[in-house]
Amino acid sequence: MSETLTQKPFETVVGLEVHVELHTKTKIFCGCSTSFGAPANTNTCPICLGHPGVLPVLNKQALEYAMKAAIALNCEIGSISKFDRKNYFYPDSPKAYQISQYDQPVGLNGWIDIEVNGATKRIGITRIHLEEDAGKLTHESSGFSSLVDFNRVGTPLIEIVSEPELRSPEEAKLYLEKLRSILLYCDVSDVKMEEGSLRCDANISLRPWGQEKLGTRTELKNMNSFRGVQRGLEYEEWRQADVLLSGGKIVQETLRWDDAKGITISMRSKEEAHDYRYFPDPDLVTIHIDQAWKERVQASIPELPDARKARYQSQYELSPYDADVLTSTMILADFFEESLKHTKDSKSAANWIMGDLLGYLNQHGKELTDISLTGAMLGEMIGLIENGTISSKIAKTVFKSMIESGKPPKTIVEEQGLVQISDEGAIKAVVEKIVAANPQSVADFKAGKDRAIGFLVGQVMKETKGKANPGLVNQLIADALTNS
Amino acid sequence: MSLLKQSILSINKKLAAREVSAVELVNASYDRIASTDSQVQAFLTLTKEQATARATILDAVLSGGEGNAVLAANPLFGIPMGIKDNIVTKGVRTTCASKFLENYTAIYDATVISKLNASNAVMVGKLNMDEFAMGSSNENSAFFPTRNPWDLTAVPGGSSGASAASVAAGQVSFSLGSDTGGSIRQPASYCGVVGVKPTYGRVSRYGLVAFASSLDQIGPLTNSVEDAAVVLESICGHDAMDSTSAEVSTPRFRDALTGDIKGLKIGVVSEWIGHGVEVGVRDAINTALKELEAAGAIVEEVHLPHSEHVLGTYYLLASSEASSNLARFDGVRYGVRAQGVKDLNELYVRSRSEGFGPEVQRRIMLGTYALSTGYYDAYYLKAQKVRTLIKQDFDRLFETYDLIVGPTAPTVAFSLGAQFEDPKTMYLNDICTIPVNLAGLPAISLPCGFSKEMPVGLQMIAKPFDEATMLRAAHAYEQRTTHHNVLPAWKGGNV
Repeated sequence: MSETLTQKPFETVVGLEVHVELHTKTKIFCGCSTSFGAPANTNTCPICLGHPGVLPVLNKQALEYAMKAAIALNCEIGSISKFDRKNYFYPDSPKAYQISQYDQPVGLNGWIDIEVNGATKRIGITRIHLEEDAGKLTHESSGFSSLVDFNRVGTPLIEIVSEPELRSPEEAKLYLEKLRSILLYCDVSDVKMEEGSLRCDANISLRPWGQEKLGTRTELKNMNSFRGVQRGLEYEEWRQADVLLSGGKIVQETLRWDDAKGITISMRSKEEAHDYRYFPDPDLVTIHIDQAWKERVQASIPELPDARKARYQSQYELSPYDADVLTSTMILADFFEESLKHTKDSKSAANWIMGDLLGYLNQHGKELTDISLTGAMLGEMIGLIENGTISSKIAKTVFKSMIESGKPPKTIVEEQGLVQISDEGAIKAVVEKIVAANPQSVADFKAGKDRAIGFLVGQVMKETKGKANPGLVNQLIADALTNS
Repeated sequence: MSLLKQSILSINKKLAAREVSAVELVNASYDRIASTDSQVQAFLTLTKEQATARATILDAVLSGGEGNAVLAANPLFGIPMGIKDNIVTKGVRTTCASKFLENYTAIYDATVISKLNASNAVMVGKLNMDEFAMGSSNENSAFFPTRNPWDLTAVPGGSSGASAASVAAGQVSFSLGSDTGGSIRQPASYCGVVGVKPTYGRVSRYGLVAFASSLDQIGPLTNSVEDAAVVLESICGHDAMDSTSAEVSTPRFRDALTGDIKGLKIGVVSEWIGHGVEVGVRDAINTALKELEAAGAIVEEVHLPHSEHVLGTYYLLASSEASSNLARFDGVRYGVRAQGVKDLNELYVRSRSEGFGPEVQRRIMLGTYALSTGYYDAYYLKAQKVRTLIKQDFDRLFETYDLIVGPTAPTVAFSLGAQFEDPKTMYLNDICTIPVNLAGLPAISLPCGFSKEMPVGLQMIAKPFDEATMLRAAHAYEQRTTHHNVLPAWKGGNV
């Protein structure tokens, strides 16, 4: 179908609701640990278990992480914020209400910029609010019983609601990637969708091109990766178009994405929607956020990826692509900047990182944090190339050795005797020996075959185990050939 | 007379003089319970073994070299107390007088319990109440009604009815109750004892099973104002476990009991002594006002313009909060779980229907309705606005007056079963006490005479965190009168 159409039959409208677990040490309303993977129901106490008589006390760190995220996502931070109860019965909710924020969330009216086909597109963020996570249910295969693990209950979450301004599944994925990058820079969450520290629900509707009124939407749940979000939306986009084109009507409903089958399955229709009976939680006090507090939190936000990318292009004259790759995570960008404290050659540093470093990490399935290579070590190594201590070729060996041994480049060079030979007399002796041993190459050169020089240089490098200064070797061979 | 009708400080002196031991105090308590509780029916749970063990340890402390220093620093040392059964106690069941929690034992102590344990008071048992503190007669207990020691055919009031009755009967030296709309003061009034509802935020609510979180407050029921001051000194104070707990220091309330109220400006709420108030109650209050004037206070009539909206406001807000607070009783983790259910929804519906009594169910339904989409603005939100107006009524009065006074309840204790058929009549009992909770103010009820041979309570209301002035005036009045020394008549009984 898509091959024959130059344009989709309908305009796609997508809005995302993203839940992100904040990585505070303790839960949002009690002192229990938030650590992942503990035996079931061990990270619990009377408070998070909702025992009779307990009261919540807000974890200030959770609020400040939420404020940090909201500021980084360009939200307005209200001077007053409060918590409300969202009432519903379900076994994963021990109080039978979730403490959330209804009409006075931490952040309002923010935005994220994404790059779509080379142009910048701004996606509005309606609101960011702070709330507590629920427990985890495991339904036994017998169908007779379910098990509840309350370790997760009370983990602080922020919910980030976008405006319906995304126009394709691809844009939805770009939005999520940018969101993840910003939150990682802010260091407020691990943001791992596969591990559940980022969860995404997607609303999607179609409308005829040019129509302002939004079409009937469906809500997608249960996507477990950014790719899954994109695939689920693509499927739903196709399904809705198919319904509309065949004269049908979209039913407003919640759908579950089945990643294995690649289809969406209806969970519940609008008629079954809850009335959550929100009201202000009388156990918690209104939070007053003054300018000084906002500024303190703002000051804790590092330079964010967009700003950093722009600076890399202007300050280090990197291409947009290189700047994008280097700022993809803060740890990589910091690594890059650390290396520049030891060398001025930013392009060389960028090349080593994007080529050898990322190549190594990809090949071995490792993260930058898994290896002991530092930006300083890379910078020092480039310095050794610049001052002629090692050749670029030898540097490849040194680089690999740095990653594997964690030793600084100078130590590796010394231990392995990799210092470049720049002694003219020593190289000259080897050059003369090679020239004498290869009369055919000399003859070829004289017959105008310049390629012969390459062969001779290679022989000299081989003889010196790659340590001869390549510039000097070139020059001395040229001299020897002209004089012979 | 029961040993436990004597003042806490005088018992403390007896302990210091070794005239009585902690074990003897505990025994006196259980002896009195044994001889009276078949008629009063105040206790749901007795903790004789723990109490005796605790008293034995305290006696050992007394026999040590530091004994008298410890006694001097801890006026509650060895004093037997009863605790309302909605305050959780680690290892001792906490039922809230509900079938739902009949076999529920908490795994932690409420902050007030930790504080009283640190003060070396000795808990002898847990006291009956209206189920989940919803009621004004104690008849809403799922187990049995408590009776009034003045007349065993009358109610003790509620919801802390047994907390008041046990002190009146001399079973304990003092008790703790909780007050959401008058639940300490009204039973104190009905049973002829002193009851204090502290300022909202003065006493930690951590461990009080919530009825209406924005209104609930724990307080003491005692034989005298001085005893109330002593207990308050122990239980008040900021608690990091309660976000609504105020960061204010606790005064030594006993120091306020000077007997001097010359020049104190007192406003009498005319709406509370007019139509609908029992004649005998009105007469007792008017006599009390003359006594206050005689002591040098300036007494003037004042108005609470929004009085007529008090009941509606309270029942909407308290029920709304209760509908959410009681949602955790779902049959999943503790309490009643219905058997033989076919799905999750039936588990919820049947567990809650079987576990909760009719009044609790009525308020949950009312609150659920008031918070529902389409009704929230008209009910919950409107009630919040009226609450602000009621609070402003008091703010204005406190610009001129040091205290606001009136009757605690419009009538004396009514007969058991008398109002059971009509919940609205029952609700009217709280007309004078509810606005105090809505405004978050401190108030005390103390005996001020009799009507139809039953005790009448005088209510004094103070500015936020000005319990000291309230206790000073109450104490001064008490010193000039003898009502608090009259012992219950045990009408219809044989004690």
